[in-house]
Amino acid sequence: MKNILGFYLKPYYGRMAWGIFIKFTGTIMDLLLPWTLAYMIDQVIPSGRREELFFWGGFMVLCSFLAVLFNIMANRMASRVASDAIYTVREDLFARVMYLSHEDGDRITRPSLISRLTGDTYYVHQMLTRVQRLGVRAPILLLGGVAMTMILDPVLACVLLATMPLLTMVVIVVSRKGIPLFAALQSSVDGFVRLVREDIAGIRVIKALSKEDYERERCDRLNLEVTAAGQKAAMTTAVSNPAMNIFLNLGLVGVIIVGAYRVNAGTCQVGKILAFMTYFTIILNAMMSISRMFVIISQAAASAERIDQVLSSNDERQSRAGGNSDENHIPKQHSGSADLVPHIEFDHVSFSYNKNQPDLSDISFCLNRGETLGIIGSTGSGKTTVINLLMGFYRPDRGRIRIDGQDTAGMDLKSLRSRFGAVFQNDVIFENSIFKNIVMGRQLTPDQAQKALEHARAAEFVKEKGGLDQQLDIRGANLSGGQKQRLLIARALADNPEILVLDDSSSALDYKTDAALRQELNDHFRRTTCVIIAQRVSSVMSADHILVLEDGKAVGYGTHEHLMETCAIYREIGSSQMGA
Amino acid sequence: MAGRGRTRNDASMIPDEKAIETIRKRKGTILRLGRYLLGYWPLLTLALVMNLAGNALALVGPLLSGYAIDAIEPGMGRVNFSLMFRYAALMALFYVISAAFSYGLTALMITVSRKVVYQMRREVFDRMLSLPVGYFDTHQTGDIISRIFYDIDTVNESLSNDLIQILGTVITVAGSLYMMVVISPRLVLIFLFTVPLSGFITRFITSRTRPLFRKRSAGLGRLNGFAEEMVTGQKTIKAYCQEEDTISEFRQKNREAVESYYQAEYYGSMVGPMVNFVNNLSLSLVSVFGAVLFMMGKMSIGQISSFVLYSRRFSGPINEAANIVSDLQSAVAAAERVFALMDQAPEEADRPGALAPSHIRGQVEISHVDFGYVPEKPILSDLSLTAAPGSLTAIVGPTGAGKTTVINLLMRFYDAQSGEIRVDGREIHNFTRKGLRQSYAMVLQDTWLFYGTVFENLAYGRENISREQVIQAAKAARIHNFIMALPQGYDTVLLEDGANISKGQKQLLTIARAMLSEARMLILDEATSNVDTRTEIRIQEAMRGLMKDKTCFVIAHRLSTIRNADQIVVVDHGEVVEQGTHDELIEKQGFYYQMYQAQFQ
Repeated sequence: MKNILGFYLKPYYGRMAWGIFIKFTGTIMDLLLPWTLAYMIDQVIPSGRREELFFWGGFMVLCSFLAVLFNIMANRMASRVASDAIYTVREDLFARVMYLSHEDGDRITRPSLISRLTGDTYYVHQMLTRVQRLGVRAPILLLGGVAMTMILDPVLACVLLATMPLLTMVVIVVSRKGIPLFAALQSSVDGFVRLVREDIAGIRVIKALSKEDYERERCDRLNLEVTAAGQKAAMTTAVSNPAMNIFLNLGLVGVIIVGAYRVNAGTCQVGKILAFMTYFTIILNAMMSISRMFVIISQAAASAERIDQVLSSNDERQSRAGGNSDENHIPKQHSGSADLVPHIEFDHVSFSYNKNQPDLSDISFCLNRGETLGIIGSTGSGKTTVINLLMGFYRPDRGRIRIDGQDTAGMDLKSLRSRFGAVFQNDVIFENSIFKNIVMGRQLTPDQAQKALEHARAAEFVKEKGGLDQQLDIRGANLSGGQKQRLLIARALADNPEILVLDDSSSALDYKTDAALRQELNDHFRRTTCVIIAQRVSSVMSADHILVLEDGKAVGYGTHEHLMETCAIYREIGSSQMGA
Repeated sequence: MAGRGRTRNDASMIPDEKAIETIRKRKGTILRLGRYLLGYWPLLTLALVMNLAGNALALVGPLLSGYAIDAIEPGMGRVNFSLMFRYAALMALFYVISAAFSYGLTALMITVSRKVVYQMRREVFDRMLSLPVGYFDTHQTGDIISRIFYDIDTVNESLSNDLIQILGTVITVAGSLYMMVVISPRLVLIFLFTVPLSGFITRFITSRTRPLFRKRSAGLGRLNGFAEEMVTGQKTIKAYCQEEDTISEFRQKNREAVESYYQAEYYGSMVGPMVNFVNNLSLSLVSVFGAVLFMMGKMSIGQISSFVLYSRRFSGPINEAANIVSDLQSAVAAAERVFALMDQAPEEADRPGALAPSHIRGQVEISHVDFGYVPEKPILSDLSLTAAPGSLTAIVGPTGAGKTTVINLLMRFYDAQSGEIRVDGREIHNFTRKGLRQSYAMVLQDTWLFYGTVFENLAYGRENISREQVIQAAKAARIHNFIMALPQGYDTVLLEDGANISKGQKQLLTIARAMLSEARMLILDEATSNVDTRTEIRIQEAMRGLMKDKTCFVIAHRLSTIRNADQIVVVDHGEVVEQGTHDELIEKQGFYYQMYQAQFQ
């Protein structure tokens, strides 16, 4: 909340102040009306001068006109400020999410990031608009109303002021009870959103198992929970209006009684009591607006908190400055003889996601330019972690990773990652054209894309689908598993990468396509260093080096022939697949 | 919305027709919202009664205060205290009772609106689950969620707040008008001028804002869809250093969403001050002419006071009504989106007389089936194959040959355009969809786990399942030890999308899940593609147990895993090119032989 009020609204303080001033003026015009009425009744009528009556009538019309003009101007400015501010908040939030370190991303979870980007910014936007509109007008009407009554008759005004502590109490009690209830509501809504998202993701499984009814029940439970939480919160805040109504109207009765005595004593005129009545209505409405604002603010405060949390988490670019970067400043040890320096070097690298159980321990390997590393091992043995470290998604806890002899920890992420073409496990196809999916915003020509498709053995089906400009469905739903993988490989190859990373990206390819693909790499990407994770021995057996992982440790490293002789685990995998 | 758009080309519509169409649609939306409320007519009637009573009591207030002021009016030394006190006491009493009614009314309306929202969410969700799978391939999750939550919230907000006010408006306006007429029919004439004026202004502005609100909802939906897609693909975006491009694309969508919000807000927020202006205008007129009437001796000060108070009460709700109208507009725009989702055609209903299969033997026959996701682009043509009960049929072929499509047809995720599929000799359309699907167990390449404990995830396939059975299945799938190593064993809550476990482990969990199913037919679509070979060997026995006595359809790339299939069907370009056992096909030295050889190259 502080961040949003302090930082994001700061550039608009000037405009907001101007807006408040305009609103203030407009509101004063509103307040002048009852005062004029009282003046007419008490001063003009007794004098019996009709022209004066019409003059003051004209004055009232003028006030009304200025009020509408200023109020519209101010509302417009308020909407503008709120929109501009939320635009920046949302953009910064999205930028931060894009550059969020993977650790923070894992901690907050992606679905929660999505809901912060969408729902929470929406609530804050709503709050900013409403609070500026009501938030300025209501206090001004309240203070102005009170001030006017003070001028009219201080004694009667005191009667009115006596009700203020009671009203304030109502606002405080209701919002104190209401805020936790709204927080509870928000968290049950989150649970509900999660269910919907899950069910959309798993719709095939749900249908296959005919679990629609089961899911309906789960939904119903959460729906009831959300409904109950919402009702409780709404019921609580609904107390404030009638309660305030009672107190203020009782105050009004008090004014009449006290006013009666004062009129009887000759210290007050009836017209003033009449004006008081009007001011009362104004003050009552203002108080109600203020209490509604408390509700709106408390609802949005939770959202603002969640947005702040992301904004104040680590940017992966910043988290790389410092730390291991000292080597960055040391001139390259083997400068001048680039080919003698290994292209990629893992030097006793260890890493743990939860900083508790190691996920990789003491991994070392060296690849020269153009060489291929195959990584093979059981599920959960740490294969993907190697890539996550290599590409700088995480930083090793111990050891060094060097590219061209330079520690990657000190490298700028962009210059590090632009060396790569990569296909990940469950990689994403965007709802866009085939061309855009391959190009991924890089400076590539249709020719290059077409070439990449040919290398990835995807040209044929792309042609069948209708060419490069063909639009793809969400998550590439109009492609088969193998087609998706080939398209992703085309994406990785398109910019002729220095390093190619394929994380289990041939699992949906048949052997024939897989073999043809390897041939293509051999023929056309001789200078590209490859890191290939695979399940099949056949996908890695021709690699220059093969790393066999088991529980994060290297249990074998060498060529296929070497490993067949020395590594029991590798042999076991191999013989099972070769059908020997 | 989409359904209508598809059958009818929007662009070809002449503007008039389009405008009529929109009006018709809006009326439909409002009527439909009304229908939700109608179910709660007893509560609504009670609310109406309370509202009438509460507002009537509140209306007495100004009258009483007018009397009290008249009692004071004589001025210094002549105030009629006993009369004044009597009216003051009455005022206090009426205000308290009216506040009590007002709370009761609000509580009732909150209850009703929550019930409506509950029902709407339930119906939308129900419909969502019965939509054909294809719907989710073409609609962003973020947009669907935006409809179920933000749009329904907007409707709720408007129902619970605005409806009370509308009810209040009618009564307060009528009551105040009556009172004013009683006090001074002449002064009421002023409103003959101002009320139509405010009506005209409101109408004018709202006619401009309506499309803006619709744009606002749509813009937000698009933004949410984009955010969802990009956050999901974050790793890829980072790998290609596309953060900046993505951010600038987001910026553009954000700009559109914010701008349409601002536009709607800007015009919407003009209504309040404008109507307020008209009210102030009437107050000015009432003051001047009231004073004139007083001078002519036709009105007392107390009467002017009451009249002014009533005129405020009279125009207050009209002022509110303007705000309400703009709120209602955004509610209608939101409701349209919700109803559009509700109106999506669900999977075709089961045929009358469709059976829930009871004792499936597992004879499956596909004959002369043609199919394409888009009719112009056939994926399968004239596909025929027969699987005997308990047999193992392997479907192989290059990627994109239509293997998964066969599964989609067997499970009736999609229906064939021509040809027949029979189970135990009965055309599958003669089974209930649910019954048919339940007679299959399946393990897919895309694993799916939900937020819940490991136990819940495993038992998902069946009700009334014992912990023992679950543990046994987990042991068979070689995932028991892994589960036991989790902090709370079987009661560990899997995070969203199973983020805390690897892809291979997820697949093992889904295999264990399938093992708990009693179905007679089994579909394995790349079921072990993410399991490493060593683990696969270890679970082979379990897989055999899983497949035993079941009619199995297996799609696999590792040809070694399907060598002992009863029949291997080789599919290429949607057609069966070869069919036979492993040995027969190897001997034939055809397509299969080439594929088989490729894995040793």
